[in-house]
Amino acid sequence: MADLSIEREIVIEAPADVVWRTITEPDQITRWFADKVELDLREGGAGTLVFEGRMTAPLVVVAVEPPHRFSFRWCHPDGEAPVPGNSVLVEFTLSEEGAHRTRLRVSETGLDAIGWADEDKARYAKEHRDGWAEFSGRLEDLFAR
Amino acid sequence: MSAGADDALWSAVADPSRRRVLDLLVAGGDATASALAEKVPFSRQAVTKHLVVLEEAGLVTRQKEGREVRFRVVPARLDEAAQAMTQQASVWDRRLQAIKGLAETAHKEATGRH
Repeated sequence: MADLSIEREIVIEAPADVVWRTITEPDQITRWFADKVELDLREGGAGTLVFEGRMTAPLVVVAVEPPHRFSFRWCHPDGEAPVPGNSVLVEFTLSEEGAHRTRLRVSETGLDAIGWADEDKARYAKEHRDGWAEFSGRLEDLFAR
Repeated sequence: MSAGADDALWSAVADPSRRRVLDLLVAGGDATASALAEKVPFSRQAVTKHLVVLEEAGLVTRQKEGREVRFRVVPARLDEAAQAMTQQASVWDRRLQAIKGLAETAHKEATGRH
């Protein structure tokens, strides 16, 4: 209960550069995350994730260090630049564990540091839950293939 | 659990000060607002506000004992809050599984071509 941040990791039997492409190339991102993806892959670059054509989430790239670190901020208020305190930071870290093995970590932090009103946090959480319910179905399809 | 109840739960635990109050109640059993206020770096008034939000989310209940009002955690509701966090984490697990599948397939295809 001490922290609302999320941190998960997985070991992948593929080199870091392959994993890097999977998490940073729009035509790959659409296979595990959003339906439509626009991404200007450089520090400060803008991006857009569209979920089922209903929810559009703008993001701003924070770090691009191929093939080790990719992070972006999203969920910032309309018309404001995302900075610590008004947005959620999603960060991917890749570490090589041999020539063909990569450990991929993802963390999502910042929700509890956001200066939003509780109603806004609740709306964020709800929108995310709705969105998540949608991808989970599609990810099931992906695994079943 | 209805969507409305879910939001109340999320809002209640999204605030670090409120989680501090909740942690104290979990660790120390029931307590009055004044007793809690002695253990946190914010006012009794703030503690009372947090307790009201926690109560509305169903995370704590109040009991009157003489002139005192004592607050206590509702364990089942606390479990739901913990589960909501776990579920969110498990969504990332599934995304990571999907990334793993994609990257490993791409790698196999690339090495198979040589």
